[in-house]
Amino acid sequence: MTSLATRPLLDAVSDPAVGLLAVDEAPNPWFDPSYVTDNWDSILTYTGEHVRLTVLAVVIGAAVALPLALLARRSRYLSAPVLGLSTVVYTIPSLALFALLVPFTGLSSNTVLIGLVAYSLVILVRNFLAGLQGVPADVREAARGMGLSAAQTFWRVDLPLALPAFMAGLRIATVSTVALTTVGVLVGHGGLGQLITGGFAANFYRAEIVTGAVGCVLLALLADVLLAGAERVLTPWARAVRT
Amino acid sequence: MNDFSRAITYLNDPFNWSRPNGITDLALEHIGISAVAVLAAMVVALPIGVALGTARRGAGLVVVLSNVSRAIPTLALLTLFAVSPIGFGNRATTIALAVFAIPPILTNTFVGFRGVDAEVREAARGMGMSRAQVLGRVELPLALPLVTTGIRTAAVQVVATAGLAALVGGGGLGRLINLGFGQQDYGVMIAGAILVAGLALLTELLLATVSWAVTPGPRRLPFLQVRTSPRAGGVPEPTASGVPL
Repeated sequence: MTSLATRPLLDAVSDPAVGLLAVDEAPNPWFDPSYVTDNWDSILTYTGEHVRLTVLAVVIGAAVALPLALLARRSRYLSAPVLGLSTVVYTIPSLALFALLVPFTGLSSNTVLIGLVAYSLVILVRNFLAGLQGVPADVREAARGMGLSAAQTFWRVDLPLALPAFMAGLRIATVSTVALTTVGVLVGHGGLGQLITGGFAANFYRAEIVTGAVGCVLLALLADVLLAGAERVLTPWARAVRT
Repeated sequence: MNDFSRAITYLNDPFNWSRPNGITDLALEHIGISAVAVLAAMVVALPIGVALGTARRGAGLVVVLSNVSRAIPTLALLTLFAVSPIGFGNRATTIALAVFAIPPILTNTFVGFRGVDAEVREAARGMGMSRAQVLGRVELPLALPLVTTGIRTAAVQVVATAGLAALVGGGGLGRLINLGFGQQDYGVMIAGAILVAGLALLTELLLATVSWAVTPGPRRLPFLQVRTSPRAGGVPEPTASGVPL
């Protein structure tokens, strides 16, 4: 009964004389396996949207971030504006960014996608640039001395040496994007976030909220494990050194 | 853009600012919630970060905490606290935001204090400084840039995230976004978005200036520093900020 006192909305009707609302007498468990089995189809649909938005956002973000990072490496005068701009984008709240995009892209999932690309882009540019700047200058000079072209230098020298930093950036970007996709509920395309706000709207139905929240965390962990595995496969030399 | 001009009109109407539950009230509520959340997080995270950092222990714990916090959607935590016995409203919002502000402050404080050169500490002790003097006069000034970075990151994140509370019945400037969206009045929504974004940018600028002013030694504005990526071995990056929100 103490919980009633903290619910201002229910105060008016929680007077003992009036009696209790049916809402408060009905059990509202934190997790309910029958909810998951009964709503498996819609959970799968939302998960699919979540995965699609995340993968697209990270892939597009990486495709844009790599040229930007390569450009920014060339000089301080190019890296300063790129980093400054990315700080500004990073500071803009996602809810505000999605709201600002609505007049242009409407209630489609593109609104969410564009916002997610912007954030993953910011994370990726910084990590890509840090990785590229971590390539020793004398190694690159040696590569040029051996007659490698710019493209060859990138593929055969820069990329292998910067790969751990690249993968770290991809992991951070992916995990944050999975969490951030939930904010897309503003326009109705929040993936598993739909379950969170849906349960809130349905009389604070805890089982639905927890299912959405746990689903998001599991998705993020799964993505992280997959990318960590990919990193292991892609950098066999790192394993050889460590063992 | 028609909606944008309507947003400007909305923002230019003094009544929209001064009326009860107007922009001024919502902004003060927003700032109040954020300030309490950041202060609460500092009270919890700073002592733990200093203790673990000076002892050079618990790196694994800090890394796991900062990584896991990145995977949990803020919206989920805000909603979970709102439907818990705490009840929805500003108290649940504040607690959820404080929980999210802890990892950046803890990580940066930990990294800052752990990074103090062992020889510098030894020299200070050799000069006859007590343990408290070493902490206050040697380690703190050296760790300060990272500590202030952590607090700034957490504060900006909290101010930005406080807007999400409106989606689950909380207060603050996010309410304008939610209201404008619900009423299909995109002018109000954009006005809210401009205000939330402006407040977040203002917080970043203000705290960056403060940290620049209190940091001893060679001064660098914190905007243009490249974030160093975590190397193999799992060193937490200095600005483990969790999620951009």
